[in-house]
Amino acid sequence: MADPEQDHHHDHDHAEITQGEAPGYFDIMETAVRELLIERKLIRADEIRRQIEVIDSRTPALGAKVVARAWVDPSFKTRLLENGRTACEELGISFYDDTALIVLENTPCVHNLIVCTLCSCYPRPVLGLPPDWYKLKPYRARAVSEPRAVLAEFGTEIPDDVEVRVSDSTAIVRYLVLPMRPDGTDDYDEQQLADLVTRDAMIGVIPVRVEQ
Amino acid sequence: MSNTRGILQAAHFNVVLATGEAPIFKAGDRVRILLRAPIGHYRVPIYLRGKHGSIEAVIEPAAVDNEEEGFGRNAGSKRHYYRVAIPMAEIWSDYAGSPRDGLRIEIFETWLERI
Repeated sequence: MADPEQDHHHDHDHAEITQGEAPGYFDIMETAVRELLIERKLIRADEIRRQIEVIDSRTPALGAKVVARAWVDPSFKTRLLENGRTACEELGISFYDDTALIVLENTPCVHNLIVCTLCSCYPRPVLGLPPDWYKLKPYRARAVSEPRAVLAEFGTEIPDDVEVRVSDSTAIVRYLVLPMRPDGTDDYDEQQLADLVTRDAMIGVIPVRVEQ
Repeated sequence: MSNTRGILQAAHFNVVLATGEAPIFKAGDRVRILLRAPIGHYRVPIYLRGKHGSIEAVIEPAAVDNEEEGFGRNAGSKRHYYRVAIPMAEIWSDYAGSPRDGLRIEIFETWLERI
């Protein structure tokens, strides 16, 4: 039998992977509710596993494909801005959580930024799970009270003559920013364009840039 | 925008719509977000209550009123809701950015009054 130490090849040291702290109040409550629901046969363990697979299958790569398609196909872009959800569904991206999607187009005159001040509403069907900073109170509070300062901290300076438009996502609508297509990408194909589009650009904290 | 189309057709046939079938507000209408503080979890953030804005769009189709549904009342009943535009300077008297900066949020009809 192989020595596990020999199999564990790394070129770096790291801390031992352990569960450091005892489960907190909400961890214990989640486990208790989950076990009760399974015991009462209201849900099955494999349904939970299935839902984790659903979430894992949703990543910013989906949103990037949507953005790239909108950049190369004007009629798709029109449909996307008219109804974000049905346009994404055209590409096979299902909306399992029954939310609407409004796509916000950035232009030379308007820069859009997305936040959810109440919790962490986010276009999960098309972007996956939100980043931790999106869920933290400083981002949620400051994005609506001093959005230009928040953007500057992401390295995004918005000129005074450009309108900053913050969309607070709090009920049924989810938002996706359609960033501006960067200059110098005329000869890029759709996949090359999609490769430029990052999660943060689709939240609106940075523009899409061509790597130098 | 199927609901809007349906309402246009209803006008064509002189059909009288029941209360709640057609949206009360239209794009451009000036509104005030109600300054209510009911007990419980409500979707309109407190920092916007009492603020003035304007309707940017009716969001179609009408959606389940999750504030009622959350308390087990009228589960499944739908209400119109709107994308409301509010200037940052209206929300924050000391707002430091451009006077053109603004906020957008979706709000159910039950939280809006005409001004």
